[in-house]
Amino acid sequence: MTPLLHAEVAAPPHLQAMSLEILAGEKIALIGPNGSGKTTLLRTLAGIDDDASSVHIHGESLALVPPARRAKLLAFLPASRDVRWPIPVRDVIALGLAKPDPARVDQLLERLRLTDLAERPVDRLSTGERARALLARALADRPSLLLLDEPLSNLDPAWALRTLDLLDEVANEGCGIALALHDLSLIGRFDRVWMLDHGRLVADLPPAKLLSSPEFASVFEVEPASTGWTLRPSADRRSSP
Amino acid sequence: MKRFVPLLLPLPVALCAAALLLPLAPLEGPPDLARLILLELRLPRLLLGLGYGAVLGLTGAALQALFANPLASPDITGASSGAALGAVIGSTFLGLASPLAMGASGATGAALALLLLFAVAGRRPDAATLLLAGLAISLATGALTSLALALAPSPFAFYEAFDWLMGSLVDRSLGQAAAALVPALFASALLARRAAALDRLALGEDVAASMGIKPERLRQEVVLFSAIAVGACVAVCGAVGFVGLIAPVIARRLTRGHPGRALLPAALIGALILVAADLLTRLAPLGRTIPLGVVTASIGTPIFLWVLLGMRGRMTS
Repeated sequence: MTPLLHAEVAAPPHLQAMSLEILAGEKIALIGPNGSGKTTLLRTLAGIDDDASSVHIHGESLALVPPARRAKLLAFLPASRDVRWPIPVRDVIALGLAKPDPARVDQLLERLRLTDLAERPVDRLSTGERARALLARALADRPSLLLLDEPLSNLDPAWALRTLDLLDEVANEGCGIALALHDLSLIGRFDRVWMLDHGRLVADLPPAKLLSSPEFASVFEVEPASTGWTLRPSADRRSSP
Repeated sequence: MKRFVPLLLPLPVALCAAALLLPLAPLEGPPDLARLILLELRLPRLLLGLGYGAVLGLTGAALQALFANPLASPDITGASSGAALGAVIGSTFLGLASPLAMGASGATGAALALLLLFAVAGRRPDAATLLLAGLAISLATGALTSLALALAPSPFAFYEAFDWLMGSLVDRSLGQAAAALVPALFASALLARRAAALDRLALGEDVAASMGIKPERLRQEVVLFSAIAVGACVAVCGAVGFVGLIAPVIARRLTRGHPGRALLPAALIGALILVAADLLTRLAPLGRTIPLGVVTASIGTPIFLWVLLGMRGRMTS
């Protein structure tokens, strides 16, 4: 089966060379400590920075496709929820479409329970509401690949779970998803986990295997515990008296 | 609001007619003289008013979209006064006489002012940084313009400072109007084609880049086209303030806040504002002429303050 995404990442000095693939319908959680390169990797896969990486989606080189085609291939959702202009929610979602499609916008408004806020300027929403509006924008053109940077931060627990359900639906329709995740308790919802550390891909494993791997313990310095996570005694502390 | 737009259509026509026909008294003389006044004086003045106003509205909207800031405009960013300085240096020291060459040196001045602003204030400056950096550039270029005129070989040059810094559409020929408006129109058309990209830039540079827009190239294009359009007009009419600030603010109320989609409405509104302002300068009592920049400032200052207060409200909430 040809992968949905094939990327040869070369973005020094922040990322070391790595070769990545995502299958259609596959959900990848991207984890790693702060500064490990999660955002940089998503930006590289989204073709934002001019670096030497090569990214192919459905076999099409991202560097060569015209902008209208790009909207069908991928959508990138940054961690920043910043929108500087008071554009109504409905119109923000429509900005994600290469061609106008009011029915699709209505559908997303309803799906993300934003219908009542449709005419409200996006800068007058709460952070969580704005996060939903911007996620709807990313979903608008039914892209083949979703690259989401911390889409669950700022969401209350119910909306974090609803968002994961929504992403399950999208993945069932064949969309590949790579999602930078901070809340490690949610990685069970994903098919595979990419773990980054200092710009290196240190693990590419299913979630169950990852949690018991030595790499996980050494990168995150935490261990699963009955209460959630517990700090792992670090190597330097163990060696001191 | 869109429903009312058709009702406003007679307004531009009436305004243009008024700009040609008012004041009536000079036209009541011999037909030959009336024709001369209409074709040689009032027509170029109307064309420059429409064209320069449209350029100010359009470039203001584009710069606001680019800086993600409703206070950016050719005058606030220092582009207009940079263009004036460029044109003055071109005419007084480089000996440029043709309006096209002056337009080119005006465009160079405008582009340098915008590049300087980017260097000082950054890509997405907050309101205070943008205002302060723009103010510094405007003050410096304004002072240098006055200095250049004071040092100019021609003893009368200094008296032109007023026109350069306040703007004037008076006594320009059709040839001068063409020299300003042809390059300005060309650059404006190229700028207007960036409307959709500028709308997507509202989602942030990263999202725009992920959609295949090259933010760095877009920035260079907006700076270049704005500088050409503003430079060509300023070289003929001097720097006119406030129109480029307020026209986009009004236009965005017609485009549901979209900064890019507001480009063309802003051009139309800018054209109407400048023609109306120029008409007001002529209709002042006592037969005196009020400087154009004074009229645009009197219309613009309240709207400027309103935008500023609106931003303050949003920033503190």
